[in-house]
Amino acid sequence: MATKGKTEIDRERCKGCLLCVRACPTKVLAADVEPNSWGYYPARVVAPDKCIACGNCFAVCPDVAITVYKL
Amino acid sequence: MGLQQKSVILNPVGCSIWASIYFDFDSVQVPHGRTPAGATAVKRMLPDHLVICYQGDGDLAAIGTAEAVHAANRGEKFTTIFVNNAIYGMTGGQMAPTTLVGQKATTAPYGRDPVEAGMGYPIRVLEMLATLGGTKYLARGAVNNAANTRKTKQYIKKAFEAQMRGEGSTMVEILSQCPTNWAMDPVESVGWVESDMIPFYKLGVVKDELAGSNEESKEAAK
Amino acid sequence: MAEEKRLMKGNEAMGEAAVRAGCDAYFGYPITPQNELTAYMARHMLDKKRVFIQAESEVSAINMVYGAAATGARAMTSSSSPGISLKQEGISYACGADVPIVVINVARSGPGLGGISPAQGDYFQSTRGGGHGDYYHIVLAPKSVQEAADLTYEAFDLADQWRMPAMVLADGMIGQMMEGVVLPQPKDPATRIAKPWASGNRPAGRDCNHVDSTHLVPEEFEQANIARFKRYDEMKKLLPRWEEQHVEDADLILTAYGTSARVSLGAMQMARKLGLKVGLWRPITLWPFPEKRLGELAGKRFLTVEMSMGQYIEDVKLYTHGKSEVSFYGRCGGMIPTEEDLLAEIRRILKK
Repeated sequence: MATKGKTEIDRERCKGCLLCVRACPTKVLAADVEPNSWGYYPARVVAPDKCIACGNCFAVCPDVAITVYKL
Repeated sequence: MGLQQKSVILNPVGCSIWASIYFDFDSVQVPHGRTPAGATAVKRMLPDHLVICYQGDGDLAAIGTAEAVHAANRGEKFTTIFVNNAIYGMTGGQMAPTTLVGQKATTAPYGRDPVEAGMGYPIRVLEMLATLGGTKYLARGAVNNAANTRKTKQYIKKAFEAQMRGEGSTMVEILSQCPTNWAMDPVESVGWVESDMIPFYKLGVVKDELAGSNEESKEAAK
Repeated sequence: MAEEKRLMKGNEAMGEAAVRAGCDAYFGYPITPQNELTAYMARHMLDKKRVFIQAESEVSAINMVYGAAATGARAMTSSSSPGISLKQEGISYACGADVPIVVINVARSGPGLGGISPAQGDYFQSTRGGGHGDYYHIVLAPKSVQEAADLTYEAFDLADQWRMPAMVLADGMIGQMMEGVVLPQPKDPATRIAKPWASGNRPAGRDCNHVDSTHLVPEEFEQANIARFKRYDEMKKLLPRWEEQHVEDADLILTAYGTSARVSLGAMQMARKLGLKVGLWRPITLWPFPEKRLGELAGKRFLTVEMSMGQYIEDVKLYTHGKSEVSFYGRCGGMIPTEEDLLAEIRRILKK
């Protein structure tokens, strides 16, 4: 049974570069449709059940806005 | 590495200057290009400290070339983290020594032209420094994707550990996307690193003459 | 046991004085006429297992001094005029980040590559801040090998105490000539003042230190500069130093620093023998300048003697507030004034 994970994005810290969306192997993330207070459209978890806790999103995030948990 | 109390980062001029804000280290801000000179003296005075010479491509390979070459050749024991984004970032996108041929910049509006406009060729710093007796570990990584980011982390760790063993000189070059000054969005800029930069600036270990490296590298190569 | 008097070259006496002052790190680069100093430091710093680097350029050397001093070390460099020009950015940084460093300039004739003979054409550069921005730094002007050693030795304490560069402004003659010198006792490191601001060896609980001259918020930068200038005012009250002879009854006061002051001393003595009332006023600290004392002599007639086309003379005029007639006798290009020529000039002025 593949590792299960949970990803949390600090949407206020995120500036919507979306590198995490590109890095995610299982398409868990996508750009939000609602902007944060800065006006950026941050990344958002759209398919939480597909997260395998690989941490790629965390690795590429330039602003350390992502926390990944192994379940 | 438990060295937080015994670390000094040198932040010169350019985007690297913000290092003193991002890293919880004692810092010394040095004039543009003089980072290896400052780092040399800091490390000589504090040999038991982790000393990080944090530079951009303008700082290291343009104004600071002499300092970079000679500190490397003296085998100074600090570690250089060389961020190569092929452009001058802080000042808004001028051509850098590492700007690729044909790459546009505010001072190369029609693309870097080494022939007609005599703008010189992009400099492969690590390969240049590898010829110097003083260099012991030179590795080039990138942060375009998770795998390369992790690999770069290993290079840095290896360089820092070598430094703390008293080996030098060590340098890790990091190809860095710069969407702001390449006039691209972040995802595009990562793509450009892959399509244009990596083919020219080959990733990997350029030189490894560290003491414990022969066995280790065999290990790593498996 | 009193230190014995030794016959030493100025350059080497300054080197030994620095070593005795506890110089932890020396960074140099070859340039005539101070090469003996760099060579002396190479031998003696390496002997004592201290840091010595012949840098790849003066620009690199001054930034090594800055880096070492930023960790709290006593660091020094020496050079000569063109090399000191290359170091000006680094000196400005040290002033801007309040970092104590010692810089020795064994001045030579300029501008440009110039010559290697002694000169005093670096007065403006040294006393007005040769780099960018509002700053000054200590400038000490020796006139003998003994004074060169003493002032170099003292420069380290002054720099540390006031957290700024201290420059010893000598010249090729003082550097190259040999004279008897009694060297100061080696300084006990325990007497050094603490440097809690330095980077490195960060005790637990202390926030990180940033040795940094950057100020991107104008409001803050203005306050920082104003605060530094208050310290400068403090120094102006405490540090000015000068030497004067026969000024009270003088009809003409020769005023000069360094080598020119030696020549002036000789000319004054010759003039006195001829019954001419000539005095001598010599600033030892070119910055902070002994302006108060010079102001007290305003009204007297002055003859400024320099190995330049006239730079120090501007301070003589400035601080005598227009009340004195100030004439000039200068040689440049590496020429050194002679006592005889100066005496002739004195007699011409006094019409005697």
